[in-house]
Amino acid sequence: MKSIACHGCDLLQRLPRLQPGGKARCGRCGQILAVNPVHPLDTPLALSIAAAVLVVIANVCPLMSLSAAGRTSTTTLAGGAFEMWMRGSQVTAVVVLFCAVIAPILYVTAMLAVMIAIQRPPAPAWMGDFMRLADRLRPWSMNEVLLLGILVALTKIAQLAEVIPGPALFAVTALVLLLPWIWSTFDPHVVWARIAWSTGAKP
Amino acid sequence: MTSAAARGLVSCPECALVSRPVTPQAPGHCPRCGEKLVFRRENAIQRTWALLIAATVLYAPANLLPVLATTTIVSSSSETIMSGVIYLYASGSWPLALIVFVASIVIPIGKIVTLGFVLVTVQRGMTTSDRQRTRLYRIVEFIGRWSMLDVFVDTFVVALVQLSPLMSVEPGPGVVYFMAVVVLTMFAAMSFDPRLIWDRSKAIRGS
Repeated sequence: MKSIACHGCDLLQRLPRLQPGGKARCGRCGQILAVNPVHPLDTPLALSIAAAVLVVIANVCPLMSLSAAGRTSTTTLAGGAFEMWMRGSQVTAVVVLFCAVIAPILYVTAMLAVMIAIQRPPAPAWMGDFMRLADRLRPWSMNEVLLLGILVALTKIAQLAEVIPGPALFAVTALVLLLPWIWSTFDPHVVWARIAWSTGAKP
Repeated sequence: MTSAAARGLVSCPECALVSRPVTPQAPGHCPRCGEKLVFRRENAIQRTWALLIAATVLYAPANLLPVLATTTIVSSSSETIMSGVIYLYASGSWPLALIVFVASIVIPIGKIVTLGFVLVTVQRGMTTSDRQRTRLYRIVEFIGRWSMLDVFVDTFVVALVQLSPLMSVEPGPGVVYFMAVVVLTMFAAMSFDPRLIWDRSKAIRGS
């Protein structure tokens, strides 16, 4: 039994021992306090490796191409942001590049680094910075919004010309499923318990 | 049942370790992960209001200015967020039109109104329906990013439809304002602290 303060309402409470696969909610505001995944080390590691491969495919391969009247244009994820930059909307280009390319790459890299490092505790204290990075980037890594945006864009364009989906589109689709899956099989408490304290003290 | 803060304990925002700072006025850093400790997010109400007001101001140009400008050999036209929704609806894909309408019109307004409501109730010291207000806040926090949808749509339409001289699409001035509304409201939700809702609460369990 250990004490924990709810991040939603600051109620101090004791965590019961959780069944494998169970989760605990705050007794007052309902926020999820803790989860107990069945394989807190192996599953997120395996999924992070898969996500890393998919992130590479999503960013290297063509996303889709458009052909009309004998002309073809192809774009990649970063290419979309680049076109926005070239056509005068630089601020939007930077934010799109961040949410669609940079944040997902950094997020997956940070998760993979953490999951590898904690296999043999104690992981160095600076691994905590990678956890922090992943946590900060999570709301900005917008794969699912991006995918829906691409699909709406395709529908709009499909009336004008023929659209051919590229490998990156399938990789983005797979990432939409994988990234929340990593988060659901992963217990931050387990990770933090395996990272060395920044003060050098032993828990 | 009391809050951690009432007992002089502070919970690390990053690793959730509960610790007792030596000087409550300056709690310092988490002994485990080194994160800066705070009992409540700093100036949460002022920051959230500031970002929310900024987003509200930008909301008008975001919706009035065109987000896309289409040029073909024979004609040129431009569309705003709302006319894009109408175009999708008219071209027969009403489910997509509905999704874009919710993401681009309903969610931004809903976020601004809901956060404003939660802020006002916290400032007036409301002590009822704490759980419902926390829930509202959490929905806003969770759903906010979906408004980015239209920005991605515009980006990939611009990126693909470059078949000049047949047809080309340019981003309009509205898209940057719209993006700013989304980013500012996301930051507004992040700077608020839901624990403020509960600090005056007398509720023990639920309700």
